[in-house]
Amino acid sequence: MFPPLPNPSTAPGPARFGDKDLIRRSASTVTPPAQRQTEVAKLIDVSKCIGCKACQSACLEWNDQHEEVGVNTGVYDNPHDLTPASWTLMRFTEWVNPETQNLEWLIRKDGCMHCEDPGCLKACPAPGAIVQYSNGIVDFVKENCIGCGYCVKGCPFNIPRISRVDEKAYKCSLCSDRVAVGQGPACAKACPTQAIVFGTKEEMKKHADGRITDLKSRGYKNAGLYDPPGVGGTHVMYVLHHADKPEIYAGLPNNPKISPLVELWKGVAKYAGFAAIGALAVGSVLHRLVAGRSEVSREDETNAQRLAREEETKERASP
Amino acid sequence: MTNSWTDIKNTDLVVVMGGNAAEAHPCGFKWVTEAKANRGAKLIVVDPRFTRTASVADVYAPIRQGTDIAFLLGVINHCMQTDKVQWDYVRAFTNAAYVVKEGFAYQDGLFTGYDESRRDYNRSTWDYEIGPDGYAVVDETLQNPRCVWNLLKQHVATYTPEMVERICGTPKDKFVQIARMIAECASPTRTMTSMYALGWTQHSKGSQNIRAMAMLQLILGNIGVRGGGMNALRGHSNIQGLTDIGLMSNLIPGYLTIPTEREPSFDAYMATRGFKPLRPGQMSYWQNYRKFFVSFQKAMWGEAATADNAFAYDWLPKLDVPAYDVLRAFELMHQGKMNGYFCQGFNPLLSFPNRKKITTALSKLKFLVVMDPLQTETARFWENHGANNDVSPAAIQTEVIELPTTCFAEDEGSLVNSGRWLQWHWAGGTPPGEAKHDTWIMAQIHLRLKELYRKEGGPVPEPIVNLDWRYKDPNEPSPEELAKELNGYTTADLTDPNDPTKVVIAKGKQVPGFAVLRDDGSTACGCWIYSGSFTEAGNQMARRDTTDPDETGAYSKWAWSWPANRRILYNRASADRSGKPWDPSRKLLEWDGTKWTGYDVPDIAPTAKPEEVGPFIMNPEGVSRLFTRGMMRDGPFPVHYEPFESPVVNVVAPKVRGNPVARVFRNDMEQFGDAKEFPYAATSYRLTEHFHFWTKHAHANAVLQPEFFVEISEQLAKEKGIKPGGTVRVWSKRGSVTAKAVVTKRIRPLVCDGKTVHIVGIPLHWGFTGAARKGFGPNSLTPFVGDANIETPEYKAFLVDIEPVAGPVA
Amino acid sequence: MRRDEIVEGDALHPGDPVVIDRYSTAARFNHWMTAASLVLLALSGLALFHPALYFLTGLFGGGSNTRAIHPWIGLFLFLGYMGLFFRFWKVNLWTPTDGTWLKKLHVFLIGHEEDMPEVGRYNFAQKAVFWWMGILIMISIASGLVIWEQYFAAYTTVDQKRWAVLIHSVAAIVMICIVIVHVYGALWARGTMTAMIKGRVTGGWAWRHHRKWLRELAADPKANRGTATPAE
Repeated sequence: MFPPLPNPSTAPGPARFGDKDLIRRSASTVTPPAQRQTEVAKLIDVSKCIGCKACQSACLEWNDQHEEVGVNTGVYDNPHDLTPASWTLMRFTEWVNPETQNLEWLIRKDGCMHCEDPGCLKACPAPGAIVQYSNGIVDFVKENCIGCGYCVKGCPFNIPRISRVDEKAYKCSLCSDRVAVGQGPACAKACPTQAIVFGTKEEMKKHADGRITDLKSRGYKNAGLYDPPGVGGTHVMYVLHHADKPEIYAGLPNNPKISPLVELWKGVAKYAGFAAIGALAVGSVLHRLVAGRSEVSREDETNAQRLAREEETKERASP
Repeated sequence: MTNSWTDIKNTDLVVVMGGNAAEAHPCGFKWVTEAKANRGAKLIVVDPRFTRTASVADVYAPIRQGTDIAFLLGVINHCMQTDKVQWDYVRAFTNAAYVVKEGFAYQDGLFTGYDESRRDYNRSTWDYEIGPDGYAVVDETLQNPRCVWNLLKQHVATYTPEMVERICGTPKDKFVQIARMIAECASPTRTMTSMYALGWTQHSKGSQNIRAMAMLQLILGNIGVRGGGMNALRGHSNIQGLTDIGLMSNLIPGYLTIPTEREPSFDAYMATRGFKPLRPGQMSYWQNYRKFFVSFQKAMWGEAATADNAFAYDWLPKLDVPAYDVLRAFELMHQGKMNGYFCQGFNPLLSFPNRKKITTALSKLKFLVVMDPLQTETARFWENHGANNDVSPAAIQTEVIELPTTCFAEDEGSLVNSGRWLQWHWAGGTPPGEAKHDTWIMAQIHLRLKELYRKEGGPVPEPIVNLDWRYKDPNEPSPEELAKELNGYTTADLTDPNDPTKVVIAKGKQVPGFAVLRDDGSTACGCWIYSGSFTEAGNQMARRDTTDPDETGAYSKWAWSWPANRRILYNRASADRSGKPWDPSRKLLEWDGTKWTGYDVPDIAPTAKPEEVGPFIMNPEGVSRLFTRGMMRDGPFPVHYEPFESPVVNVVAPKVRGNPVARVFRNDMEQFGDAKEFPYAATSYRLTEHFHFWTKHAHANAVLQPEFFVEISEQLAKEKGIKPGGTVRVWSKRGSVTAKAVVTKRIRPLVCDGKTVHIVGIPLHWGFTGAARKGFGPNSLTPFVGDANIETPEYKAFLVDIEPVAGPVA
Repeated sequence: MRRDEIVEGDALHPGDPVVIDRYSTAARFNHWMTAASLVLLALSGLALFHPALYFLTGLFGGGSNTRAIHPWIGLFLFLGYMGLFFRFWKVNLWTPTDGTWLKKLHVFLIGHEEDMPEVGRYNFAQKAVFWWMGILIMISIASGLVIWEQYFAAYTTVDQKRWAVLIHSVAAIVMICIVIVHVYGALWARGTMTAMIKGRVTGGWAWRHHRKWLRELAADPKANRGTATPAE
């Protein structure tokens, strides 16, 4: 058993991390702390998950969210997608392994991956609406969120959801409020089979190694850890039986990256745009200086008068 | 469970069959994942559906519902044929060598003594040959053709892999693969655990499903050892406690039995409960029956129960039928013979089969009292909810009285888990509104009844007016007082039998365990198996010490396990005949030359010599039974019987419909459908998102699984033109439901005896009250028939038809 | 009589100087509504485009309000532009002169307009502003709807939204550039501003910049009010 985190003291104490530990802040520059906190991570072992949805329930309860009672659409996924209230969701896939012809029911707990290089944060225009702590947690700060939905576009995993009630973005916080007092995330606490465990990123990688060895011994030769380098690694990782094909797990992206469109938008476009505007402004001033103004001369006025008269005369002449 | 949840981590092979542990017992299932992750244990799932348990299994095989016995006898056959038997265990600890009486035989699905008109057997030949010494005859060489081993070998020979495939629809290669994996556990150093639940019990031969696996486990030497056992996963958090304290019409606490009308006197009652040992030197622990019984009577009637009145034996009711089980109760109600009903913590309108019959029966009552923390469908059975409860309130005259009770989190007490652990819990909240503890309500009813009897007399008032009611607050006995009463106390000084002047335990003390109970009225004990749970040392159930020396998984200081804080039953069998552990790395007990030592409380007298006393002390044989004598109504060996509603004919006993001795009430026989009319094999089950009909009242659970659905294969969906997420009507001979359709690869048609059998899965969590969408339960469809021995309704196998219908569910 | 370059309401009033009604009150109102929308859109859009300009959200009552208001102003812009479009699309149609004019753009830029071909109500550059703004506004509206999270989030995929936001940004930048040129042009050519402020230009202005238009006006009996009192 992965040793569970001991219950913290009930006496109030200082939070284990806070604003001083920010390494990124949306639409702002921060001075990173001199010393980075130990990186934390949540490890979701898909091969141990029994799809009981206790994590979903714990997430709703801990975060005090009210999800709508939906309908059955012919699948076990309920709700049918992540929502502003449901920050995590079990996604069920029935997959027939072409090698063994055996059915495999792949059940993946979807939710924020807490990227080391978070696309949401990159895209966010509101200062401080998205922050990244030095322990790796990427958190949405509701007070600063303006509900523009740019985070949705920035995210390579399609995670953030905008509430139609308050027009704010929501996603898994990795229970930053619990981690701040030495607890693990609510989903990990509720998971009956330790398919979700929480600890330092190093511990999680080590734990994952043991799981991968076990899976390989059971014939899953492509078992592996999902910690995609395209986003600098993540602070939520998966153990997959088929790490070579993450996409079979309800579309888990193979080699996710912040979309080049977003990179373009938040990179070149931003600078090129200002450059263009600036160039034109400067160009106009220069033009004014060089070419002077275009003036209407007295001669022009006279010509106009003559023309008007001539034409009027022509007019009168013709019946 | 013979073992405990925590012990499952010690296993090498988990077989989940007749259950869906991951889904219905997700918290307990963690011990399976532990065994897998740390011991490299393998998990096998055999189920008609590819369940969430199957999703983490190493091997999954499909099976047609109701054919488990064929599968298991097939595995036993495989073990016997390939000599995968833990021989030392089988010879020493089972009745393999016992010789069976002449005259016992089996043919065409029936054993000797069948009487079709009574649907019952004369079981007199189902026993051992008794020798001149008065003991059972044994042939240690297993040469005698009539010894149990040879009879069993002959009995299971039919169940070849080919036959298993024909009956169960399990592909032969899958069956053989699984049989081989199981057979490996015949090694003394490999153990297998069987985890089962209502997938085995809810059949007309449920008890025999379990027997078949128990026999296999004995042949593999897996009973009494760490990581082995027969592990029933109980369906409610305290259903184990319910059976322990005898909340069955034929039981009194501690698995003692209610007298029948053929036992008018205490002596007549005890005459059949002597349990004389069948082999020399055996403990035959039920020889203490009288002590437990008298102590129970003293707990009930206190000083009014004396030796002179045979400890108030007359005040116990005497059964005129084998049992007043729920099916019989509703049958009587339906006949108009039962007209008042107290419904405490039960939701019969959704729980009992053939809902139409249940509704009719409830409608005939004069009054119905519902004690429940929730608004149950039963309490509202008279309300019209459109298609979901289509009744006419004006036509129902039943007076319904609802008494709101507290839920488990609002009171204190103990819950007994599947592993027999009595775990004390404390109230986490205060009762809402007018809700009252069940104990308060029961006390009020009792005190008022007592007063009425006192004032008005009436027939046989004694059992009520003399009932011992020694509680500080008679209006509400406290959980501690009740627990102490169950544990037992002395009603007089207990003296040393060898030295009557020496007082061993003074009067009025809590007894330390059932070993000190006496049959002379000097001890009172509400439930002998709970004796030791609340002693002079305090409430043992409230212990919260998680130490576990050498990480055996025993956790002996956490809570308290019946009997005697024993964590693994029959644990003496974990060591060989001489007392050495079969597997030194998994030692549980060991004979040190003078006594038994180890990690668990020995399930034998601590000084009982290993070569002399057998490990199965509750049996007069001292060994376990591959052949159960006449203990079960439907045979000493299990036989494959089809469900009463089956898509195919029984290939091993073509003339037998269902279980030949299962009780069927007259009108219910006509309500069985056949495969021509109802071609699809249906089964019912739970989903992990819900607990029965409770959690649909909880918003979060309603979100996670909001709406009633049925599951069918892609092939059946195609055949019937059913679209995923579309609406379907499913109907049986007894009723009809509408549901959403989940079309899935997880259910596949099976080929049984050349015929394609389609399976329809029907989960059970929806009704017309609560936060989830209104729906139906499978009991609108299921037949009114139960297991031949204990009357658990046959919910797991019945026939239906299905068609797509337009529109949303009403 | 050719009236290719004349818009309803254009009128020439002889005198000294000749006064020409170039933009009616309605047209001016339409223009300034459109212009104001553009400015507000640029401010609110830029506020969300670059963190350095986020302070501009203060003009709109904070980030959330800026996010909420921006698309509505966009709709306002759309309406405004549609008004201008239906008013002026005919006089912005391509004529062969525009090609000749463009070839001599350098001459125009150094201020030698007298060497340029005679143009109608609008020269090539003005027509380019007209059409480009039209195209870009349409692009912005379309892409803006895609990223209008509050109402239209459900109708497109995330990848479509990513394209939309990029296109929206680029379109906006180009529009801002065009507006800069447009405004500079108006300031550069003295006498132009009065067209959009008072609605009038002088005959000399028209002679210099839009002689073809002037000729048509003068020749048109309806537009040429003769010696009558100039409109006031």
